[in-house]
Amino acid sequence: MSDATHTQSFAGHVGYVLRQNPITMLAFGMLGFLIFCAALGPALVSYDPLASGAEILQPPSWDHWFGTDHLGRDVFSRVIVATRLDMAISVGAVCLSFIAGSILGCAAGYWGGWLDAVISRGLDMIMAFPLFVLAMGIVAALGNTVENVIYATAVINTPFYARVVRAEVNIRRDAGFVQAAKLAGNSDLRIVALHIFPNALPPMMVQVSLNMGWAVLNAAGLSFIGLGVRPPTPEWGIMVAEGANYIISGEWWLAVFPGLWLMFAVFTFNLLGDGLRDIVDPRQRR
Amino acid sequence: MLKIKDLRVRFQTRNGPVDAVRGIDLTLDKGETLGIVGESGSGKSVTAFSVLRILDQGGEIVSGALDYGGMDLTKASERTLNDIRGREISMIFQNPRAALNPIRKVGHQIEDVLRQHAQATRQDARAKAIAALEEVQIKDAAARYHAYPFELSGGMCQRIVIALALACQPRLLIADEPTTGLDVTTQKTVMDLVQNLARDRQMGVILITHDLGLAGQYCDRLVVMKDGEIVEDGTPVQLGRSASHGYTQRLVAATPHPGKALHDLVVDGAAVPVPMPGDVLLSVQNVTKTYDGKSGPVHALQGVSLDLPQGGCLGLVGESGSGKSTLSSIIARLQDCTGGDILFEGASLCDVPAARFSSDPRRPLVQMVFQDATDSLNPRQTAADAISEPLRHLTKLSSSGRRDRVHELAEQVGLPAPLLTRLPHQLSGGQKARVGIARALAVNPKLLILDEPTAALDVSIQAIVLNLLADLRHRLNLTYLFVSHDLSVVQMLCDTVAVMRLGQLEEVGPTKQVLNAPRSPYTQSLLDAVPQPVV
Repeated sequence: MSDATHTQSFAGHVGYVLRQNPITMLAFGMLGFLIFCAALGPALVSYDPLASGAEILQPPSWDHWFGTDHLGRDVFSRVIVATRLDMAISVGAVCLSFIAGSILGCAAGYWGGWLDAVISRGLDMIMAFPLFVLAMGIVAALGNTVENVIYATAVINTPFYARVVRAEVNIRRDAGFVQAAKLAGNSDLRIVALHIFPNALPPMMVQVSLNMGWAVLNAAGLSFIGLGVRPPTPEWGIMVAEGANYIISGEWWLAVFPGLWLMFAVFTFNLLGDGLRDIVDPRQRR
Repeated sequence: MLKIKDLRVRFQTRNGPVDAVRGIDLTLDKGETLGIVGESGSGKSVTAFSVLRILDQGGEIVSGALDYGGMDLTKASERTLNDIRGREISMIFQNPRAALNPIRKVGHQIEDVLRQHAQATRQDARAKAIAALEEVQIKDAAARYHAYPFELSGGMCQRIVIALALACQPRLLIADEPTTGLDVTTQKTVMDLVQNLARDRQMGVILITHDLGLAGQYCDRLVVMKDGEIVEDGTPVQLGRSASHGYTQRLVAATPHPGKALHDLVVDGAAVPVPMPGDVLLSVQNVTKTYDGKSGPVHALQGVSLDLPQGGCLGLVGESGSGKSTLSSIIARLQDCTGGDILFEGASLCDVPAARFSSDPRRPLVQMVFQDATDSLNPRQTAADAISEPLRHLTKLSSSGRRDRVHELAEQVGLPAPLLTRLPHQLSGGQKARVGIARALAVNPKLLILDEPTAALDVSIQAIVLNLLADLRHRLNLTYLFVSHDLSVVQMLCDTVAVMRLGQLEEVGPTKQVLNAPRSPYTQSLLDAVPQPVV
């Protein structure tokens, strides 16, 4: 087999993973659509998401696809424009927790001993709180701003990353290639950062994709209860919260469409996991 | 008893269908021991798996018949097969630890099998399980009944697996590399056990192995497989004396046994001159190593002293747990010793702790080739990156200088240049071993520690790699510390042998003297356990 195989470029490998699994292909298509909405949001919609109008609480129609809200604003425009903010919060939070979790997990997994004990118990303390309540507390204590929502979401997600990285680094700490790297004159820091950590990426990618979904939900949840993003800024959580008051009186579209959009985003991220893992795993390459 | 007719097995893979077995015919009589010998990828294990119909995902029997006592196993229903597996036909797997459930007591695992096949009731299962343990010569079987697999040694685990396989008195036993990974003395006791049990019960045995010496000693008849086909069959003596097929001849030649020279292993091999030993390069002085174990300190090394001259090759031999790996990793300065000193060209290497030795200017002097070539290469680094890794940190070469040096090294170890861009999983075992050797040679070390560099390789690849090592030693005037459990390999490459046991040196001396007239009874038992040559 060895002679028949050919080295494959990274792009070729991505193409292979996408072709091999139609669900991954669909997930990347959906992600592309979300990124498109986030990048071009305000330019895509025909109404100003903040401008109130005379037609209040209109059901979905050709002019207003998702209807209008109690101030006469176009729900479709607000949903699309909100994509950027919601994505920014979740991507920002996931990046921060990825970085923090990786550093803590690497340190705990590689050096072990008292460092491991301190870090692991510290992370256990975070996990011991109901996470959403902890996030609420952090935002309430630090101040009610979008940045603090990001920080709070990052803090509650960090333990998950740290645990995955710690386990992955720990099992490779005494691997042959690590010993060989020591013989080659690498310092401990280089070994853990350049030799061991990249091998932990495949399981991390699954974690990232699940976490992105949680982060979107968490950000929307915080704004639903009035923390973080404030009206009239378009944001999925706020829109669901505001729309919830009108469901009883029959104006269901105010809450349902932002909710569906939120579901779409979470679903997209959850579908991405397997594909991302296969892309960063060199062993999947031919 | 078993007749395999024109068996073909195909696997669906990412690179298209692969024919693993291409039409083989085999017969096994009652009470006969048949050896299937071949190297990795020859289809020997796939053949065995298809008899029990336990092929991996993607594999299917395309055509052929498996006639077992008048029944065609290829057409049997899953239910019939479940009755047959374990009761009629049983199997011993390669890795005994992986074959046992780690969280169940071994006695309970034997009971499971007995009760599954209605060979025991709840009342007498325990007694029968203990009897099964006694049959595989486990001492104090009633106490071992309560042991978990992790509490037992590798040889002990393999005995439990054999007890499991034989609990229901099967008529056919398939043993898939039953002793790979076991020490040579344990290998002998396990194989003797299988042989005796098979004789007592008139049981048919199929022994699958890559080791022609082992198969020759224990089998009545051998078949040699290559690329999914049987190239030759016959009795061990026939094959050993007058193999007609070229592949069998190469295989017979490549199998090491005492008295063979290195160049005999390969076709047209020429003797490589051995460098004259010079002054003492490495001096290990009364080195001790003590770990803190859960139940008190563990003395891994208890005062080991050795001298190794420049240009010499010392074979460090011992079974697992003898401390040979600990000693080699201390000499490589990957670990600190508890006491004693390591002198290199007369100066101590131990003045800098192991944790900081990676940035020491003397780091290039001692390099190491690791046991498992797969494990010792970073799965994310290409072959070229792996080889240039030491150059990047331990030399001042520019990036183009490094590239030239990598190509020079690849040529030295016989690695074709196009393979340099491949990732480890795209290379074969022998190619990975070459990458490991090239990486260790990159910074021109004076001492090369070889930690069982051929243990995971097929015999024909082992023959080539050993010859390569001998050739490099001569050309680059290297000094080797060769760690191994295999005396027949050590005797070909090394001029001095040190036998280790329980953290102490049992015997040190010139290879010829240690092998022909060992002073210690332990060395004698190691020598006795080496499978006898087929001729």
